[in-house]
Amino acid sequence: MNLRTIAWAVALVALVALPFVYRQPYHLHILVLILIWSFAYTSWSIMGRFGLVSLGHGGFMGVGAYVTALLWNHLGISPWIGIPLSMVAAGVLAVIVAYPCFRYRITGHYFVLVTLALSGIVLQVITATRDYTGGSLGYTPNRTKGSQLLALQFDDKITWYLIALFVWVMGLLVWRWVDRSMSRYAMEAISDDEDAAAAAGVNVTFEKLKITIISALMTALAGALYCQYQMFISPDTVSGIAVSLQMVFAVIVGGVYVSLGPTVGAIITIMLAEVLRIGFGTKAVGWDNLVYGVLLVLFIIFLPKGILGSVLGRFRTQPKKLEAKPEAKPAAS
Amino acid sequence: MQGFLEIFDIYLLEAVVNGILLGGVLALLALGLNLIFGVIDVTWICYAELVMIGMYGMYYLVQYYGLPYYAAAPLTILLVALLGAALHYIVIEPLLTAPPINQLLATGGVLFILQSFATVAFGIDFRNLGIRLPVLALGEMHFSYSRLLSFAAALVGMVSVYLFMTRTYTGTAIRAISQDRQIMSLMGVDTKRIYLVTSALGGALAGLAACLLVLQYDVHPFVGLSFGPITFLICVLGGLGNFVGGFIAAFIFAEIISLGGLFSDLEWGYVLAFAFFIVMMFIRPAGLFARRS
Repeated sequence: MNLRTIAWAVALVALVALPFVYRQPYHLHILVLILIWSFAYTSWSIMGRFGLVSLGHGGFMGVGAYVTALLWNHLGISPWIGIPLSMVAAGVLAVIVAYPCFRYRITGHYFVLVTLALSGIVLQVITATRDYTGGSLGYTPNRTKGSQLLALQFDDKITWYLIALFVWVMGLLVWRWVDRSMSRYAMEAISDDEDAAAAAGVNVTFEKLKITIISALMTALAGALYCQYQMFISPDTVSGIAVSLQMVFAVIVGGVYVSLGPTVGAIITIMLAEVLRIGFGTKAVGWDNLVYGVLLVLFIIFLPKGILGSVLGRFRTQPKKLEAKPEAKPAAS
Repeated sequence: MQGFLEIFDIYLLEAVVNGILLGGVLALLALGLNLIFGVIDVTWICYAELVMIGMYGMYYLVQYYGLPYYAAAPLTILLVALLGAALHYIVIEPLLTAPPINQLLATGGVLFILQSFATVAFGIDFRNLGIRLPVLALGEMHFSYSRLLSFAAALVGMVSVYLFMTRTYTGTAIRAISQDRQIMSLMGVDTKRIYLVTSALGGALAGLAACLLVLQYDVHPFVGLSFGPITFLICVLGGLGNFVGGFIAAFIFAEIISLGGLFSDLEWGYVLAFAFFIVMMFIRPAGLFARRS
């Protein structure tokens, strides 16, 4: 306990105290973005670390953002109710797609491509229902005329920073809870050999479904938060294949197998995008993704455990825990 | 009422025929992807982006260097074939022993690279060849020549791949490797070379598709996203690596998109196609025509 717990507590206090000491709006804005995306990436890594590579998380995020915003604009339902509803919607979507996948043993390439279809569907539905969602032009939740708290719309960055920080910590706690639960062992067994795990008494379908639903719910929450914070969403920024790939990329850069890996990934990717944007101005369009892509390829070839994973692996006294574990078993062959 | 039905039927028939014409190009794309998957056991997520680069190649060769279409096409096919071989050599080769998911994600990185390379190098404007082919009127139905040409060229492309695979030594080796990876290297086949040839062939098919698609669509850096996902779904539905299955699935998808687009917006055609795919995955998880083992 002790040293680790103390370090965590000190870091947390420092993070909570930060906006009261330092309130440069632009830097706070970047921090909020980093926290929200870290949370989204952590959600992805909860299932990604077990070899359940999903490219459908862009879809869950889109559902979270759009359901919340649509309920608010068209029915006047407060995000406090809208966000749970949107999470339920994402959860239902996850069950509809994932249950048959797991039931009929769709794994590996096939699973990736089915989830890819999912994020494609969400993107196309958002674009097709442009009378309600604004299509590819994007969508803005109505500014509140009444209580800011009820509408979950705040003008000052400090409130948002604290909300995002809270959600991010919750995300890490869920990660830790999964990490220490029996599910982790079950899932690791499954990702090594599904048939053997099933023979050993693991309910393969149920365990996978549980992890997937947790991950989908959290991703929808991230989407809804992003929408409430930015007050503008478009199909390209919260849904679709590009967003899904962006999640995978950030998590791989940071490290899939460590709790802070996705956060490190978010810090690196967002800082990179911002530095390039400031450095090159409008000419930077495209450069950030070019660097992303090159890094992603290099990372997968040379550092599959991610930056944080590799660094920790080097400093650990007993490196057995972080010993290279194949990310996924070749299943669909 | 009678008149209404007649008009309706004409549109329906037109949509059906257009669906078949679209299916030709989709089948070509699916063939390339299936070839790569069947032989090397890798999914190129960035396949449609190779097509996008090819479309830019056509655009620049025709518009800037003033080459005639039929001279630019072989050059483009060659260019994309080289790109395919390079992709294999640089990205896939070091990852051949890595888990398949890593290979798939690495090509996802290449997708980012190609897309943003196009954004940086060519800008985000929509561009087209400026070639307007006439429209063929058949009774009251209208078909554009570009679609007919694409369909015919796609068929020719597929037949030549078939002949290459069945009539040449290299083609036979490629088919053999897709059946048993380990044995073939014992039989004295240079696996590395075969992989490289296959990748180049897959690239060449993407190049051919680019030459045909550029006649119908404007090119921009994100054009790959509009037909990339559908190509993967076709391959999965037909069974990854199953050439005949991919061919048939391409036409099924094209009809769904075309007919869905007839009754509503084109996006709904895509939504229907995606939904159909997900439903089919549950009925036939290993593809439409999977051999039961």
